[in-house]
Amino acid sequence: MPSTFDTVANIISETCDIPRDTIKPESHAINDLGIDSLDFLDIAFAIDKAFGIKMPLEQWTQEVNDGKATTEQYFQLNNLCARIDELVAAKGA
Amino acid sequence: MRIEYFQLIDRIVDLNLADKTIRTEARVPDASTIFEGHFPGLPLMPGVLLIEAMAQTSGWLIIGATRFTRMPFFAALKQAKLRSFVTPGQSLSLTAQLLHEGSGFAMTKADIRCDGKLACNAEITFRLVEFPNPEFRANMDKMATLLEFPREALAHG
Repeated sequence: MPSTFDTVANIISETCDIPRDTIKPESHAINDLGIDSLDFLDIAFAIDKAFGIKMPLEQWTQEVNDGKATTEQYFQLNNLCARIDELVAAKGA
Repeated sequence: MRIEYFQLIDRIVDLNLADKTIRTEARVPDASTIFEGHFPGLPLMPGVLLIEAMAQTSGWLIIGATRFTRMPFFAALKQAKLRSFVTPGQSLSLTAQLLHEGSGFAMTKADIRCDGKLACNAEITFRLVEFPNPEFRANMDKMATLLEFPREALAHG
């Protein structure tokens, strides 16, 4: 079974046509990979489907806009994958 | 259809929130200044307006699915296919299905049929935002009434 990171990296690679080997756990989706908010909707759609979750993008965006969180907390891939794992775990609880 | 006002559907015929589907109807007007330019001697409903009609149909489905808490804004279009000409006076049957309701976005697939024949289809992505102000929300409510939005459907699904 692929790791959360492998699944997410493959989704990003296929959705945004980014070479898979350039996508690292420490990559920031926006700052390093250049993914814009519209492209991220396609990624969110694929992640939601792949993991059977609904990533709370509205909440995350609000927290960043309010200065309560940094974009790294949600959009650096290792952190994003941790959030996904938490959502998956919460779904199964 | 009030084409110059960008009101591209006439009524909502069915809204099924359990199945996440909607069906609307529209009649292309017999005359419009748009047809004078598109095209002289061969009046055709512009494809971009057919796409907008699918987006409006999808939009009412999303408004229903979110119980009038979010306004959908057209964000992206995929797999759009304009399969046959649509001409003045034709009656259109439009359908949309909600493929995914994410956080702050939604995706639908929609199509238009004329006389039972598939005229066009597409997949559409929307950004969902809170209604920007009470006046906007009230206007959408007014439009929902005009389009015979089946409010009883909100109790199901």
